[in-house]
Amino acid sequence: MEQEVTLMKGNEAIAHAAVRCGVDGYFGYPITPQSEILETLEELQPWDTTGMVVLQAESEVAAINMVYGGASTGKSCMTSSSSPGVSLKQEGISYIAAGELPALIINCMRGGPGLGTIQPSQSDYFQATKGGGHGDYHLIVLAPASVQEMADFVPLGFDLAFKYRNPVMMLADGIIGQMMEKVVLPPVRPRRTDAEVALQCPWAVTGKPESRGPNVLTTLELDPHLMEKHNIHLQEKYDLIKANEARCEEFHTDDCEYLIVAFGCVARICMKAVEEARAAGIKVGLLRPITLWPFPADEIARLSRQVKGILVAELNAGQMIEDVILSLDTRVPVHHFGRLGGIVMDPDEILVALKEKFAL
Amino acid sequence: MKEEIIIAGFGGQGVLSMGKILAYAGLMGGLEVTWMPSYGPEQRGGTANVTVILSDAAISSPVLNSYDTAVILNQQSLDKFESKVKPGGTLIYDPYSIHHAPTRTDINIVPVDAMEATFELGSSKTYNMVLLGALIKVRPLVTVDAVMAGLRKALPERHHHLLPLNKDAILRGMTLPAV
Repeated sequence: MEQEVTLMKGNEAIAHAAVRCGVDGYFGYPITPQSEILETLEELQPWDTTGMVVLQAESEVAAINMVYGGASTGKSCMTSSSSPGVSLKQEGISYIAAGELPALIINCMRGGPGLGTIQPSQSDYFQATKGGGHGDYHLIVLAPASVQEMADFVPLGFDLAFKYRNPVMMLADGIIGQMMEKVVLPPVRPRRTDAEVALQCPWAVTGKPESRGPNVLTTLELDPHLMEKHNIHLQEKYDLIKANEARCEEFHTDDCEYLIVAFGCVARICMKAVEEARAAGIKVGLLRPITLWPFPADEIARLSRQVKGILVAELNAGQMIEDVILSLDTRVPVHHFGRLGGIVMDPDEILVALKEKFAL
Repeated sequence: MKEEIIIAGFGGQGVLSMGKILAYAGLMGGLEVTWMPSYGPEQRGGTANVTVILSDAAISSPVLNSYDTAVILNQQSLDKFESKVKPGGTLIYDPYSIHHAPTRTDINIVPVDAMEATFELGSSKTYNMVLLGALIKVRPLVTVDAVMAGLRKALPERHHHLLPLNKDAILRGMTLPAV
């Protein structure tokens, strides 16, 4: 069981990884294209094995507030949805960020705005990385590009969430959720005992012992001076995360004259475009942000000094491109190529866009 | 070795499961695999298709604009995908549900009377396995043993009594292409 290579959908991999990693609770509400997460958890029946709670809530709003409650007790809790459902969860996410609670939220994006379409999209980049809910807060945002990363980012997400007491979002999309690839599931780690939770999370509300006063978790502070102090503390924490947790993958960047920046499924599509471009004699490289927040700004800055131009490819009208431009260390032309509303570009379109934008 | 395959037809013809079993067979053969379905309401009665990539190296894009091999089960899919087979590639189709045969001359076109063979086998549910047999005969990407191992993985155990029937269908399919 430990190292077995299996074939499964990205959504299924998330469910299997959650059970294996000793997650305490999953609370969700079905929506395409991520319903297999809840369905697979129901099939796995982990309540009989690890004791994990799996619950289909009455709504997305209920589900995120169940996560809020569970996380307050130091338990590792998660939810998942797709774009319109994640919009519904935003109030709860803001509260979880304000309360500095660890949690994992998965958004398997589909095309919007509104109820939109069930086809893949990346148009929730702004929502995930710039806030989404109200107030000055950040989620740590992980962008998987393979079924293997869908599995791996469950334990990684919880590790980061508990390390920084901060909600983590896995920003996936309909392609990564629906496609099947080989995957090696993460090692089994048992659910933490109550004693381990108390040791790891001294802030958790687990019942007041004689030895200490009550733990209070609230997001309401009517004294603005104290509220400012809390905000400053949050910003210091975000600076720490920015300094330590930015991650990216580089592909053929050593000698590249042009750079493509893309995340998630689009990065995979761009890899093929890079291979085709190189076969045609164009020196192109790819930078794939693995964390969208914090953004791998230093690597973009370094490569901006090396290349003649940057193409940002996204399944949206131009969102991550703003972070790319903010990261530049020199003046270099930056262009965008996007498909909208659930249409996914193919590798040829990337290559054509690259040639057109830079007159190659 | 890298083979980029599209399988396309009506929802209900077993397009997605055929791709899944092919992907499992690739897994059993030690290959890298990607299975990317069309998903959504078009699966119910409309067209359904799946992209399967088998490769001995890491696979980049799961989304493709051209294919080495196409397995085509209805007219809409032929209209959509005939032009997307790479020059020198292979197009396998079942004439049973095709009104206008493919016309390209720069690809290998293989008609396979899979529906008729399925009627003779007496189980319409083996249609996709007949086609899979034809596919691995024309494009020997995976062995019959790997397909059977893949089937054992892909099918829930309660359906394992159907393995011999499926094997018959695959072997029958392998006799159909005029190679």
